[in-house]
Amino acid sequence: MSSDSSAAKPPARAPFRLPLHWLGAAPFAVFVLLFLIMPTMRIVIGAFQTPDGGFTLENIHGLFTRSILSAYWISIKISIASALLGCLIGFAVAAAVVLGGLPKWIRGPLLTFSGVASNFAGVPLAFAFLATLGPVGLVTVFLKSQLGIDLRLLGFNILSFWGLTVTYLFFQIPLMILIITPALDGLKREWREAAQILGATNAQYWRMVAFPILLPSFLGTLALLFANAFGAVATAIALTGSSLSIVPILLFAQIRGDVLGNPHLGYALAFGMIVVTGIANTIYIWLRARSERWLK
Amino acid sequence: MKKFWAWGALAIGLLYFILPLMGMTNFSLKMRRGVYSLDAYAVVLGDPRFQETFTYSVVMALFTILFGVLLVVPTAYWVRLKLPALRPYIEFVTLLPLVIPAIVIVFGYIRLYNTSSWLPLTGSITGTNILLMFGYATLALPYMYRAVDTGLRSIDIATLTEAAQSLGAGWTTILFRIILPNVLVAVLSGAFLTFAIVIGEFTMAALLNRPAFGPYMQLLGANRAYEPAALAVIAFAITWGCLGLIQLVSRFQKGTQSPV
Repeated sequence: MSSDSSAAKPPARAPFRLPLHWLGAAPFAVFVLLFLIMPTMRIVIGAFQTPDGGFTLENIHGLFTRSILSAYWISIKISIASALLGCLIGFAVAAAVVLGGLPKWIRGPLLTFSGVASNFAGVPLAFAFLATLGPVGLVTVFLKSQLGIDLRLLGFNILSFWGLTVTYLFFQIPLMILIITPALDGLKREWREAAQILGATNAQYWRMVAFPILLPSFLGTLALLFANAFGAVATAIALTGSSLSIVPILLFAQIRGDVLGNPHLGYALAFGMIVVTGIANTIYIWLRARSERWLK
Repeated sequence: MKKFWAWGALAIGLLYFILPLMGMTNFSLKMRRGVYSLDAYAVVLGDPRFQETFTYSVVMALFTILFGVLLVVPTAYWVRLKLPALRPYIEFVTLLPLVIPAIVIVFGYIRLYNTSSWLPLTGSITGTNILLMFGYATLALPYMYRAVDTGLRSIDIATLTEAAQSLGAGWTTILFRIILPNVLVAVLSGAFLTFAIVIGEFTMAALLNRPAFGPYMQLLGANRAYEPAALAVIAFAITWGCLGLIQLVSRFQKGTQSPV
């Protein structure tokens, strides 16, 4: 594939310069078109089509039923909760390592571990949490037998909203640490010194200098973590089976066996997911562009 | 005082990450009543379905890496050399798989390449395998492209290309004997990450009905108690191994480059 395209390149160096050098990007363009753009467009178009191909808003309208809306709502709530907590905890850990005066050697292993943990998602992650916080998991049993705390009586269930949120945090927190550490490194010492010379207290420095600088990357990462949790399918299915009705699980069941009884409603469901993650990522890209101004 | 809070935050963070790892390890050793044993691992490793699906996923990962390298390296090189104006657009496209959930992409595949379409990939087993590999390559695209592009940034491709051309090298020689060896570390980083992604991927393989490792793990999780924990330990070890290898090769590169 690559040699095909490169064979066509020499003529581009001829005097009258046919625009043949564009051909070098052709294999990539064809691949992306066939296996990324067109499949997505097929879903988007299908969401606005009747079974015989006419235009309709009926499918989108069909999303506004109680069961589907509540599936979206639970999904969005889990994504927001895990993104928010992931950001806060990840920030605390990163700040402790970068600014808290901890030994320097902690940093390297922590970042490596974050790289591993942020990639440890999917089915095995669900197993790890079942073995820890499930009915006979390590922590559940320890709390019950040693401290007399029964998580179940407290209303905690691994197959629930909070169970899923706690599980997602396992890859959300490390992702936050990976993204926010460079931003914290970017806080220049001169800024703190300048603030102190002008008479600022530590709290004032944080509130009026550091916080506004970090805010875009903080909010941007929040949006990224949100999309990350919203699209997660494997963890949710392995953890809850189909007992918790969130959008990815609903869509999975719909693709497998048309549980909604209307194939085009499936398109609309998927289209809704693209819209939600699309909005979250637009916010992320916009805010990242703003925050990068300070990180040079 | 500040140090106290810093240690506290770190300790709580670490506890959160170590407990699930302890939980799964502990659980995976408890298959035999009353004592710790490796029975769960023996059962899992001895299961022919494990061997089949694991081999399948490893082979798929290797093909995905091969395809990804052949697709990304020439493209990233060519765009940097001749089409720099395209770079922001290509970069945007390569990030799309992070925006569009995998389940939506594979849904599109199923509708677009079914048996009655112009390209009936899902009609045969080989076709479906190829489709799944393209899907994996799409999922890995953001990581692979970024790794290779970063690698290309650190070498002077224009000078290297001109030098090679003036010595009479063709494009294939330039790509595979000049550029590829120079960005090998970046390519390997992308390859290990691709491997880690493909080996445990569930959604695409399950919806395309291919016997991959991810769906096998999910099936086992729905039916057994101790074996899934053993699988989780194995999967974590693989992820750790892949990421560790990335660290290793990038350290290796630093070592070779510093004398220059």
